[in-house]
Amino acid sequence: MNATIIQAVNDALHEEMGNDERTLVFGQDVAESGGVFRATEGLQDEFGEERVLDTPLSEIAIVGSAIGLATHGYRPIAEIQFSGFLPPAFDQLVTNASRIRWRTRGELTAPMVVRTPYGAGVRALEHHSESLEAVYGHVPGLKVAIPSTPHDAKGMLISAIRDPDPVLFMEPKHVYRSLREEIPEGTYTEPLGKAAVRQEGDDLTVISWGAMMHNTLEAVENLGVDADVIDLRSISPLDRETILESVKNTGRCVIVHEAAKTGGFGAELMATINDEALMYLKAPINRVTGFDVPVPLLSMEDYYIPHPPRIETAIEETLEY
Amino acid sequence: MVNRQRSTPAEPTDVSVDRLSQDELDVDTYRVVEPDGSYDPEATPDLDDESFRDLYRWMVLQRTFDDRATKLQRRGRLGTYPSGRGQEASIVGAGFALADQDWIFPYGRETAALLMHGLSMRDLLLYWRGVEDASRMEGANIFGLAISIGSHIPVVAGKAWGMKLADEGSVAFANLGDGATSTGAFHEGINFAGVLGAPAVLFCQNNQYAITLPFDGQTNADTVAQKALAYGIDGIRVDGNDVLAVYNAVAEARKRALEGNPVLVEAVTYRRGAHTTSDDPTRYRSEDEVEEWKERDPLERYQTFLEETGRWDAIDEEAIREEVDEEFSAAVDAADEFAERGVEEMFAYLYEEMPPELERQQAAFEQVLEERPEMYEYIEQRPKG
Repeated sequence: MNATIIQAVNDALHEEMGNDERTLVFGQDVAESGGVFRATEGLQDEFGEERVLDTPLSEIAIVGSAIGLATHGYRPIAEIQFSGFLPPAFDQLVTNASRIRWRTRGELTAPMVVRTPYGAGVRALEHHSESLEAVYGHVPGLKVAIPSTPHDAKGMLISAIRDPDPVLFMEPKHVYRSLREEIPEGTYTEPLGKAAVRQEGDDLTVISWGAMMHNTLEAVENLGVDADVIDLRSISPLDRETILESVKNTGRCVIVHEAAKTGGFGAELMATINDEALMYLKAPINRVTGFDVPVPLLSMEDYYIPHPPRIETAIEETLEY
Repeated sequence: MVNRQRSTPAEPTDVSVDRLSQDELDVDTYRVVEPDGSYDPEATPDLDDESFRDLYRWMVLQRTFDDRATKLQRRGRLGTYPSGRGQEASIVGAGFALADQDWIFPYGRETAALLMHGLSMRDLLLYWRGVEDASRMEGANIFGLAISIGSHIPVVAGKAWGMKLADEGSVAFANLGDGATSTGAFHEGINFAGVLGAPAVLFCQNNQYAITLPFDGQTNADTVAQKALAYGIDGIRVDGNDVLAVYNAVAEARKRALEGNPVLVEAVTYRRGAHTTSDDPTRYRSEDEVEEWKERDPLERYQTFLEETGRWDAIDEEAIREEVDEEFSAAVDAADEFAERGVEEMFAYLYEEMPPELERQQAAFEQVLEERPEMYEYIEQRPKG
């Protein structure tokens, strides 16, 4: 079928709820209206009110109860309406979800998914546009997945639901509906923890994820450079092999993300490359990121987002070094 | 070896254990003007005729602003906007009961209360256009809008605590919706305010929906007001479509708060519009229900009261409507004329002194904008101001 990311997410939920009776979908506004972005549309009609339900407005209880359900043999798929509202639930992710297997020496586990649309670019209100993937990626025991295409959104979400550990599934809402591709009917999976190489080349490596993947591809195309373009897809676990193999080949690397620069996940990637491939580098690793400021309100948010010209500048600098 | 296993307990015998139950709780809804327009003369607030007229004018203004702002959003001249249609009496009655030195912590729909508290209409429009500069809330004791629901309640407790410490004779007044009462922040904040005896008034407009979720899906409690009792503070439940009742309730709550007793006020009303301009309420509620509440229109009810008490004749409704329409148009013009902004505003105000790295980021970005004018092809030019 020809699908957008939001349709792919919806399709994945339909598939896996049909495949596994232990799955439940819940959160604010997910059932009756099918979610503010319609990601959960039709689920309640198909699977009933017991498995697809609207909850009170409480991020702490949405995520916390998912942990409880998961320890009881269910496969909860919780939605946090916007990632900017996830911080109250951070406590539950850190205190309980991420460490339950470790703390109980494997006696209890929390196979659960928290889905949340993230990122800027949709003219939303304050607290709707954050990209805090580095923060969540820093929590040991928590997996963080970010698809950038409809194909991956479906395959990776099914993997996340089947994953035996807690997964934060961050959906790039800026490109929810702006791109389409053919995705397979029925159930298929894409692995978590495995990057995708979107295009191959020898001149440099460009790494990105989420909505910025598309700005990156556009910049590379605009410049016509021979680049390896890596879509990270998972912040945690990190596919070090794909990154290192590429950088060892090209010797040059540009990292693109829309989160603030300082302490962003780009910094972790630079450290990883320095650890294992420093001697292969022909130029310093370059970063194109959001600025170290909150995402501006809608009238200025386009200035914040790393658009292709900024990426092109960084690529040129890196190639010319 | 000691056998630690115990046998399954038998069915308990009837020992009549006393329970606390909300079934035994009698929570009245305070009202001055009945839905049919009849009223309690004893409870009518002691206001002069001009104030009675002003209450009506503010409600007309709230409705006008909501209607026109929604239309502006549809034309791409405003960002996402949350209408207060149906909630005019709650918004206006509460705002009218506050003193200038009180601080309002809004959550988004309280246009009239914010304007009567000193915010300019231009600035409110600029805020909904996504202009940071409007968040100065210039000339008004108004905190930033609590877009992350419930997040402001603990701050309200602290603000009120500060007012108490400074012996200022003012209150911190929080607007919230029924959804916010499900958040952890609400419970932690209200508990704090109670323990500290902070002069806080938590004003919940129970408009029956938190986006798509009706009140009975939000909580198993029959009312919001009863939640006050768990924290040892006072609760008031008031008909939120009766502007005089809301005025009295908030005035009373304010008085109690100043005596060191925070109060939770529940104004029972109805959000007749969508949650925001991004929402389609026909997906989750019936037209019949909306019609039913339309018949309890707060403006009409108040008009009946004004007629019954002989005050309506002195009110030139047509003139009021023209006046607020003109006020809105002038505010849109003023917002349109707001000075063109530069990228520096993105970096300003984060710290008192800008850290060197942020300075570097700003300089580098300004250079990119200068060297790569194609950047502007990617930057959507939003309405000025």
